[in-house]
Amino acid sequence: MSTLTLTRSSVAGARLPRDVHPVAWWLWAIGLATAASLTTNPLVLLLIIGVASMVVMARRSDQPWGQSFRLYVYLGIAIVVLRVLFRLVFAGSYPGNVVLDLPQIPLPDWVLGITLLGPVTQESLLAGLYDGLRLAAIVICIGAANALANPKRLLRSVPPALYEVGTALVVAVTVLPQFADSVRRVRAAQALRGGETGRVRRLRRFVVPVMEDALERSLALAAGMDTRGYGRAGGLTPAQRRTTGTLMLAGLCGVCVGVYATLDLTAPRYLALPMLGLGVVVAVAGLMSAGRRVERTRYRPDRWRWPELAIVASGVAVGVVGWWVNGHQLLIAYPDLSGAPQISLVALVGVLVGAVAAAAAPPPRQVLA
Amino acid sequence: MIELRGISVAYDHHPVLSDVDLTIEEGELMLVSGPTGVGKSTLLGVVTGLVPRFSGGTLRGDLLLDGTSILRTPPRDRAHVVGYVGQDPAAGFVTDTVEEELAYGMEQLGLAPDAMRRRVEETLDLLGIAELRHRDLRTLSGGQQQRVAIGSVLTTHPRLLVLDEPTSALDPTAAEDVLATLTRLVHDLGVSVLVAEHRLERVVPFADRMCLLTGDARVQVGTPAELLAHSPVVPPIVELGRAAGWSPLPLTVREARRSARALDLAPPVQEVLPDAPEALRARGLTVTHGRTVAVRELDLTLGAGRVTALMGRNGCGKSSLLWALQGTGKRAHGVVASCGSDPARLEPAQRRNVVGLLPQSSADLLYLETVDEECAAGGDGTRAILDRLVPGIPGDQHPRDLSEGQRLALALALVLVARPHVVLLDEPTRGLDYAAKRALAGMLRALADDGHAVLVATHDVEFTAQAADEVVVMSEGEVVSAGPVRRVVAESPAFAPQVMKVLGAPWLRADEVVAALGARTA
Repeated sequence: MSTLTLTRSSVAGARLPRDVHPVAWWLWAIGLATAASLTTNPLVLLLIIGVASMVVMARRSDQPWGQSFRLYVYLGIAIVVLRVLFRLVFAGSYPGNVVLDLPQIPLPDWVLGITLLGPVTQESLLAGLYDGLRLAAIVICIGAANALANPKRLLRSVPPALYEVGTALVVAVTVLPQFADSVRRVRAAQALRGGETGRVRRLRRFVVPVMEDALERSLALAAGMDTRGYGRAGGLTPAQRRTTGTLMLAGLCGVCVGVYATLDLTAPRYLALPMLGLGVVVAVAGLMSAGRRVERTRYRPDRWRWPELAIVASGVAVGVVGWWVNGHQLLIAYPDLSGAPQISLVALVGVLVGAVAAAAAPPPRQVLA
Repeated sequence: MIELRGISVAYDHHPVLSDVDLTIEEGELMLVSGPTGVGKSTLLGVVTGLVPRFSGGTLRGDLLLDGTSILRTPPRDRAHVVGYVGQDPAAGFVTDTVEEELAYGMEQLGLAPDAMRRRVEETLDLLGIAELRHRDLRTLSGGQQQRVAIGSVLTTHPRLLVLDEPTSALDPTAAEDVLATLTRLVHDLGVSVLVAEHRLERVVPFADRMCLLTGDARVQVGTPAELLAHSPVVPPIVELGRAAGWSPLPLTVREARRSARALDLAPPVQEVLPDAPEALRARGLTVTHGRTVAVRELDLTLGAGRVTALMGRNGCGKSSLLWALQGTGKRAHGVVASCGSDPARLEPAQRRNVVGLLPQSSADLLYLETVDEECAAGGDGTRAILDRLVPGIPGDQHPRDLSEGQRLALALALVLVARPHVVLLDEPTRGLDYAAKRALAGMLRALADDGHAVLVATHDVEFTAQAADEVVVMSEGEVVSAGPVRRVVAESPAFAPQVMKVLGAPWLRADEVVAALGARTA
């Protein structure tokens, strides 16, 4: 009886407002993006975009990255418009139903194979539209993951052995907006003084202070990280460090040789897959040996509870259904360009399963401004 | 607890510290002081391990922690003993929220999760930043950032806290908050604190001992009262005490007030400012950044030949106001007129002739390898202006190798060469010592005497008392009070200079008291 109550309360506790594990949102988004990449059906694609947008609206936090979704939607719209415009301008001779008969502009012989304007067919326009929509849907899925999960927290949830690399990436991501800020500041400052106005000289006026600023900031940050213990050797003996290093290097070499042999068909076969496998095993052993000796700990790590599992499951389900439709219902996945597209029940339900994530995920944590 | 034994540091055979002996005891606040460029940061760097690893140079001598040498221990392996907060706390932040930043150091040390959780909560309360815990670090004000930076090194429970100019970017109230926090750490937790600071008037009352760098690569160590009697850099209160011959020297306003009761002086002649011709006029000026209003319907008139100080807490819209007056910053509405034209409507080259602005990071203006090249690029007369501002800067030096004050003068000369009617300066006193600030005050006075209108944004109340004719105090983008310096600073205790706190209005500067004392004896 008591265990039952306990389970029940922990089920409810997982739904209290909190940050969902960033990996869960990314796996969910990759599932949706996979489904989008396997079809050109505009109805399915619009449905995927709709599901992604709905989940973002329901579950994003009011932190800065939560506001970035709009940008991805704009990017998606731009992709679709560009694709269709390209079809109009470089119409070529796409067979089919002519909807707009534009005069063809003759081009010199050396640009053989490219035609400007000319008759525009319904098929050509729709092909552009569907294709653009597919790319836009993939971009919007990635944008959804970005808006739902703090990208930096994702980088920080790497295995302990890769911690240093993860931190370096986080810092790189942080430095970019600062760089833009420094560019803006220097530009304004340089307008306050006289000096050379030639093109090359002007570039120098601008680049030198920005680079100096970036260098100074990096040094200050490196000093700050060092004094706070980043990269402490802990209790590692030189021998242990050498073992880890040897394992990692050997693994890397094995993987390189293996990949090369797999791609180069004239290489001996025993160097191909067996070597690749061996390399991976050795590298994983190296990572584990490095990770075991890491003395670092994590402060309030994101926990993996049932809503995370449900989110991943819903994303994976969408991906699997997309893959099944692609294999079994070819006309639904790639509809005929001369008629109206249709949708099957499997595809409809399959995509809508992605919306389960919104219901499963706990509401985002409130952040006081 | 930590002992420096015969420490010598030299950059390119040029000694910065030679044979320095210094002991920092458990639970004391040690103040490191001296003019700019004498090696205060170098001394702190030796303790944290950043010198010579991040600065280059050669280091000799020994550094002992409880009797064991830690000279060869890299900074990361000293992290559990020594906590360091640099000059610009924002530059040292690694994560992006307050809570994660507090935990970062502990994660590196591998503390148990429950201990980390407990210490984060304790530190949030200790520094009074609990309501900021989920905030983005980059949206915090200067004072809040400074407190988060201190908190983020405190969580690892270091025995020694090393701070490089912790209050230089802060407004007077935020600076007092940070210093009060430090005192609390020393008293309640027994943490030792080693702090370098230019503005002695802020820190001296809290210091147990002082380490004075004299400029010849040597140090003097003693109690503040002993050292300040002969120090080349002193806060105004000590200047006052020296002039009046008080012994022992008072270090706090309270002590000085007690001694000052015996003083009977004729009040200073209050100069009446003549009406100045208008050089710049702003009406209903509004600047918005997205949905935040930085400057709200502000009216301002600057008179030719006047130095006006612009004060207010961090983030109250001072920089936005300066850039909008200069014309580069977009204003939402309002009118700005200087000499019959609106600077915002002019081309950058013409704008320079009307309004000149020296931005907060004046190094952004410089890009060439030598002072001579910069002067040549600036145009005819730059060198002459520079020589009048600060004589004798060698022409073949790299601008980055100049002292803060010299670099500031070079940037200012490049702005002034266009002969603007109005000169705006954004926080020029940051990182300047007393001598450099006095020189800057002289520069501004000379500019005003030439007929320029000068507006200088600053947090430094002593500098305002020294340099300004008028003061404008801003809050939330609006003018709170404005008028002659004597009246405005007398009305707001937070902006009152030390001499006024001791002797009451209308006394403003130590030199006035010196003159009055001279008149009495004569």
